[in-house]
Amino acid sequence: MIASEGTDKRVIVVGGGLAGLAACVRLGEQGVPTDLFSMVPVKRSHSVCAQGGINACNEVARQQGYSEYEHFDETIYGGDYLADQHPVLEMANWAPKIIDLLDRMGVPFNRTGEGFRDLRLFGGSLFRRTHFAGATTGQQLLYALDEQTRRYEAEGLVTKYEFWEFLWPITFTEGKTTRCVGIIAQDTRTMQLRAFRADAVVMATGGPGLIFGKSTNSVVCNGAAASRCYQAGAAYGNAEMIQVHPTAIPGADKCRLMSESARGEGGRVWVPRTIGDTRTAKDIPEAERYYFLEEKYPAYGNLVPRDIATREIFDICVNQGMGVDGQNQVYLDLTHMDPDYLTEKLGGILHIYERFVGTNPRFEPMKIFPAVHYSMGGIWTGYEKGNYAPGEPYGKHVSGDLPPVDSEPGRGLRPGAPCNMMTSIRGLYAFGEANFAFHGATRLGANALLSCIFDGLFNGLSVANFVNNLHTKMSTDGSHAETPASAIHQSVYDEALEIEQAKYDALLARVSEDAEQSDEHNPYVIARELGEEMTAACTVVKTGEGLEKAIVKVRALKARYANVQLADGAMWTNQSLVYARAVGDMLKLAELTLVASKAREESRGSHYRLDFPDRDDDRFLKTCQGIYDAATDEPRLEWRDVDTSLVKPRPRTYGKVDAQPEKKEEASASS
Amino acid sequence: MIATTDNAKKPKPRTVRFRIKRSDGHGKPSRWETFDVPVQPGENVISCLQSIATHPITSEGKRTTPVVWDAGCLEEVCGACTMVINGKVRQSCSCLIDEYAPEEGDEISLEPMSKFPVVRDLWVDRDRLFNDLKRIKGWVPLDGTYNLGPGPKESRDKQQTRYKLSECMSCGCCLEACPQYTLETDEEALEKTFVGAAIISQARYFNLHETGKQLEKERLDALSSPGGVQECGNAQNCVQVCPKEIPLTESIAAMGRAVTFHKVKQFFAGE
Ligand code: SF4
Ligand code: SF4
Ligand code: FES
Repeated sequence: MIASEGTDKRVIVVGGGLAGLAACVRLGEQGVPTDLFSMVPVKRSHSVCAQGGINACNEVARQQGYSEYEHFDETIYGGDYLADQHPVLEMANWAPKIIDLLDRMGVPFNRTGEGFRDLRLFGGSLFRRTHFAGATTGQQLLYALDEQTRRYEAEGLVTKYEFWEFLWPITFTEGKTTRCVGIIAQDTRTMQLRAFRADAVVMATGGPGLIFGKSTNSVVCNGAAASRCYQAGAAYGNAEMIQVHPTAIPGADKCRLMSESARGEGGRVWVPRTIGDTRTAKDIPEAERYYFLEEKYPAYGNLVPRDIATREIFDICVNQGMGVDGQNQVYLDLTHMDPDYLTEKLGGILHIYERFVGTNPRFEPMKIFPAVHYSMGGIWTGYEKGNYAPGEPYGKHVSGDLPPVDSEPGRGLRPGAPCNMMTSIRGLYAFGEANFAFHGATRLGANALLSCIFDGLFNGLSVANFVNNLHTKMSTDGSHAETPASAIHQSVYDEALEIEQAKYDALLARVSEDAEQSDEHNPYVIARELGEEMTAACTVVKTGEGLEKAIVKVRALKARYANVQLADGAMWTNQSLVYARAVGDMLKLAELTLVASKAREESRGSHYRLDFPDRDDDRFLKTCQGIYDAATDEPRLEWRDVDTSLVKPRPRTYGKVDAQPEKKEEASASS
Repeated sequence: MIATTDNAKKPKPRTVRFRIKRSDGHGKPSRWETFDVPVQPGENVISCLQSIATHPITSEGKRTTPVVWDAGCLEEVCGACTMVINGKVRQSCSCLIDEYAPEEGDEISLEPMSKFPVVRDLWVDRDRLFNDLKRIKGWVPLDGTYNLGPGPKESRDKQQTRYKLSECMSCGCCLEACPQYTLETDEEALEKTFVGAAIISQARYFNLHETGKQLEKERLDALSSPGGVQECGNAQNCVQVCPKEIPLTESIAAMGRAVTFHKVKQFFAGE
């Protein structure tokens, strides 16, 4: 049975975090009926975990010399020039308008005495340009978009499929083009599989933190959905770019994030100067504390970008053995600040620390260590450069386009261009963390919420236009140039459903009644070993040798997984089957991450190779595209030039005092 | 590499016994199963459930199916993992074993919430909560997403009030604890049963916003019909269990007054 029968235009959005919900709101506004699929009730999506804030140029910063262009430049510099520049420019340009919109939606942004939106400092910038709602900004933004989506749901324009899991994109070949015309999904309660039609599908499924075992991610962030698109033929961009956040609390089941906003509000990172100092933090006088970030980076101090802070903390603990109490941890200290001020600005994270560690960070410094946090890499997407002319903003205005922002021809994105953020499979889009486009080799703090919402709102229009074109564009003989999904033959969907049903049946048949089920084929054990291997080989410091070993290990895990055993044969709500299925997809994405890390023989942003410590623009100012080879079940890599036509790559030192100017000072842009 | 994140030299794990109420779904019989789980310091209920899923063997040594549960963030911000632990409703991810079962031989009992239909084992269906947010029109009526400048200015005090209310993560603790809130699965009856503290508080949240206020009348209509604020018996259980310390009784009082005022106005307007 086809859910969307009878109606005409239809879009599917997979994932109900910020990016997915923003897309629903935009599509709802355009009057395009949308089916929203999510593993969890959308209000519980991982976006709730985002804490610190959202960046945008604002009037206060502007009058101190900041601008949208500066925000763009920071993002590019922060990302070590690996991001194509036009989408980033467009995002920075829209940022202030996005904040205004969120403000209108009722997000309780913190206020100044006069009632304006308050701002805080954040990593990678010397200007106050981060808007925030306490230390639960992601939660507040997600709720606002959830509320707006609920409104369209009440109007019947959005239909939610919560607790449904995306299994596979359905493709259809017409003439020379293959495009995505729907998805197979499964209700994780009844275990029913169904085919759903759509003219376009948006993947807004977040990041793959779980392939590293313990990360700051939620339990659903396993990357399986993105991995399935990759296996279905979508190219995956910069898989090797994984961000390790400098400040988290290690835990038994996950690492809990302590937001960068703690440092933005004045938090200081330090260790005792003397190794083996056993005094408690408050008994160590100022002069005997080593504020290593402040000493090494006088300009940015504790607010250097995350990859740099992470490597410095790692170096202090692992190489120099200076970690607090001889362990892998450093102090993140807020105790010099007013406790009430801290409650107002950072209450959310202080609550988490108190709950899970048991001490009060207002009076005792927190002990933190880096943890895997975010994937800059994601499904590869394309775009069309801006076409507007300054001075005649509506001159080339295409009906349905947004009015242009201050920009020049050939810069930024063309608003509403159907190919914006479209993957290498036509009709399949990727938004938010699942999209590789915006953050290059390191994401700056408080840019994630921005890129997610920007994708949904700005590029949501591209999806609407793509769908509208499908329905209006006739070829010369009066038929549609491309058949809308509603008119595609049912057999396309039946066949896709059969394939997925067969995969599911095969997995369900792998139940072992054997009480002594071996760890060898236990999906939980395989996932744990995968996480340990990935964390050891592919996070803060990587080496060719370590990566090679990890690749061998992951391939061995894949072989073990081929005979995976389930402990539950239930025909309904079979959670362990859902988990086991995802583990198979995680293994493939992990393999790609390792292979790409090994191939990128340079250090750039979050990707640090001990054996290749310098950035190598000649060889690697390139996007790494991972393409799945079904015949070998292994990835193949292709390299594409990065568009650096707006700012030329410069050494990324953040004013480090002992920094050597990089050899390729004025490496020319390769575009 | 990141070096091991498990800093402490691992002490020998101790064993904690879990009693878990299991069932195959709403209306199906339930049963108790016990599991002996080795725990390290710092573990919580979810990490123990993960251990059980890895090796689903009861304390009698019998093989069983992995327990099914609901979770998301694991840091008490998403609300997914709510269940009844040792008789008290709370989030399981923030339930630390060292606090709940400090002594060797201590037991921890886990049950699904009783006010929502069970999907399986500890997982319950809280759809109703989200549907009830539609009943009170829980959104700010925007003109659209086009760029129309900033929202209304707001005082710091008001922002702090709204922020507190906005932290509600729809976890359902306040509903589980409320004597007036009942398990209901019939669609039609659902429209008329008590919405509970969380929803009343959300109505207040939206009425406090300059633009949100435009739907105030509709919200008060909803809250003065069957299932509305008048059904609260003032037992104040809700506010005691809310993990986000949302001032629920304050919200209920405020909305109670607003509803009374609204009715009086309607009476004189002859509506
Ligand atoms: S005060 Fe009202 S809402 Fe709260 S527990 Fe009591 S009856 Fe329920
Ligand atoms: S008001 Fe509190 S207890 Fe009730 S649903 Fe919201 S967060 Fe949970
Ligand atoms: S898992 Fe999100 S609150 Fe416990």
